[in-house]
Amino acid sequence: MVATQETIDKVKEVANTYKYGFVTELESEKAPLGLNEDIVRFISSKKNEPEWLLEWRLKAYRKWLTMKEPNWAMVNFPKINFQDIYYYSAPKVKPKLNSLDEVDPELLKTYEKLGIPIKEQEMLAGVAVDYVFDSISVATTFRDKLAKEGIIFCPISEAVQNHPDLVKKYIGSVIPMGDNYYAALNSAVFTDGSFVYVPKGVKCPMELSTYFRINEQNSGQFERTLIIVEDNSYVSYLEGCTAPQRDENQLHAAVVELVAMNDAEIKYSTVQNWYPGDKDGIGGIYNFVTKRGNCLGHRSKISWTQVETGSAITWKYPSCILRGDNSVGEFYSVAVANNFQQADTGTKMIHIGKNTKSTIISKGISAGKAQNTYRGQVQIQKNAKGSRNFTQCDSLLIGDECGAHTVPYINQHTPSARVEHEATTSKISEDQLFYCLQRGLDTEQATSLIVNGFCKEVMKELPMEFAVEAQKLIGISLEGSVG
Amino acid sequence: MSLLEIKKARLKLDNKNILNGVSLSVNAGEVHAIMGPNGSGKSTLSYMLSGREGYELESGEILLDGQSLSEMPADERARSGLFLAFQYPVELPGVGAMSFLREAVNSRRKFIGKEEFDHLAFVKEARKEASKMFVKDEMLKRAVNVGFSGGEKKKFEILQMAMLKPKVSILDETDSGLDVDALKIVSDGVNAQRSDDNAIVVITHYQRLLDYIVPDFVHILSDGVIIKSGGPELALEVEKNGYAGMINAA
Repeated sequence: MVATQETIDKVKEVANTYKYGFVTELESEKAPLGLNEDIVRFISSKKNEPEWLLEWRLKAYRKWLTMKEPNWAMVNFPKINFQDIYYYSAPKVKPKLNSLDEVDPELLKTYEKLGIPIKEQEMLAGVAVDYVFDSISVATTFRDKLAKEGIIFCPISEAVQNHPDLVKKYIGSVIPMGDNYYAALNSAVFTDGSFVYVPKGVKCPMELSTYFRINEQNSGQFERTLIIVEDNSYVSYLEGCTAPQRDENQLHAAVVELVAMNDAEIKYSTVQNWYPGDKDGIGGIYNFVTKRGNCLGHRSKISWTQVETGSAITWKYPSCILRGDNSVGEFYSVAVANNFQQADTGTKMIHIGKNTKSTIISKGISAGKAQNTYRGQVQIQKNAKGSRNFTQCDSLLIGDECGAHTVPYINQHTPSARVEHEATTSKISEDQLFYCLQRGLDTEQATSLIVNGFCKEVMKELPMEFAVEAQKLIGISLEGSVG
Repeated sequence: MSLLEIKKARLKLDNKNILNGVSLSVNAGEVHAIMGPNGSGKSTLSYMLSGREGYELESGEILLDGQSLSEMPADERARSGLFLAFQYPVELPGVGAMSFLREAVNSRRKFIGKEEFDHLAFVKEARKEASKMFVKDEMLKRAVNVGFSGGEKKKFEILQMAMLKPKVSILDETDSGLDVDALKIVSDGVNAQRSDDNAIVVITHYQRLLDYIVPDFVHILSDGVIIKSGGPELALEVEKNGYAGMINAA
């Protein structure tokens, strides 16, 4: 294209400088390198955990030792040396914090660079943010207001101390410790994450939000989140991530468990922007995440919305177990893969109860040399009479060196159930691009506009302030891919 | 003063000569019509002027308000005030018409040093212009050209023209796909924008459109050159005798 040499140059210039590539210098307290039972004990004792949790971790660790890494996903990467990872690091901060003023100023600076004006966010957006910095949660806000409603929103390490019965009852109840290789690893060494409990009949008055951030060289990030919503209650939870630039690959193996009782609803939204590696495919986060929701109660509803733009490798299948009759599962996903990124993501909808309903809308965008795979399973079990699923998988290709793949598995065991699957693959057409250029938009603007149009059905599921951020992110992720 | 100047423009597509030395001078305040049979190079001319990839000049020159366009990319030409109303407006699924329009208008305003519209000011302005074109609010909430009728598409093109306030507008077969009522509305929309500081080039097969948008000059394009120029009466001559006689005489 005549026009775009300048743009191409500009993009080349920025392609190597990940916007959020900076490292905060904080003294950290580390466990020795590698993993063995002593490390598991070290983590547990650092966190002052009760005996049952240590036993649970050890059991998971022993299980993990017997397991093999999954190899069915369409991703390629060198074998991870699990003995070359630090499993615990905590920034040295005062143990008790009464306000944000007491938070390490270095840390606050980091958030400023990320464009998270803490105070402003607290006041304007009405968002309670539970910051996770490396492995320790440093600041929790709005907790009092939530407490008045009886809502618990705190680091899971704190919930272990203050609400051990709830944690003990539900941890591993949706994703058993031996569910898969990475979930087992997480169960053994998870350091922190969020805990949410919404009692009966309470609509959570604000969006709950956590910003995750990897910040320690070679420290794996093993988050663990548990959300329980009782009868007739509702919560919307936002998870957003950015990470500083690194040469070495970093492993992120999180586990998220959701439990919804009768008539309860959980909306879980993610914007994932981990460091994707540079334009040559060096570095980047390995994002191996297990997320699953249990629609335990009748008429319960769990909705996953994700915008995945980051990570060198994404291996992630937020799923729903539709156990309660008339329960509803939803999965809305946008996965963007550029340069050498590999994304293998999708969902599982397991229909067990009667008249259960699931909707899957997946939008995959591939550019550069990236590979993007939708992998989804819809299982209608024998008793799930009258159940329905609708799946729509759309792929958008930018350039001709990338790939898009759709791998749907459908297991139907009930004649009265209905499963629909639609899939399309398209490219940004010359005509569309020229039309936008002729209206004065530059190539980047045009691409961003067309791609965001392609994703609209998913973006509209995101909470407003998140949607704006996500749109920008998609534009940034695709810079330089057209032209 | 000449707003658009085409000097001996030559262009090849797939090694075939399409434009063979087109020259044309369009002054501020004028409306020119370019007529010609199928394959005469009309659409190529509009793509060449607007800088579509693959339609680069082989030789010759184009000036927009005195500025050479040869090295200027399509988006910059647009921001500089060159507008093309498409014969077949392109669908942009999921891209809201209102927000598309706003991005386009603000890109142009920013480029010429005007303040960008904020959301409310823009919506007000867009509604004002839209009502003149009988474009309903509801249409602006839909995705660009998706599910638009033929008439709606052309109305939206002219609405964009009204909002962008270009120096030179090229209307490529704007009458195609329009019924009489829509043709009237679209033409009124174009006429409302005729002024002493812009110029309009209407590309068309048929004389019909020129009953509504009356040109100051008419040019006949055949085989990539302008074979005849004249006043509005030339269009009537085409209507009466067809292109063949004119081409043979040339």
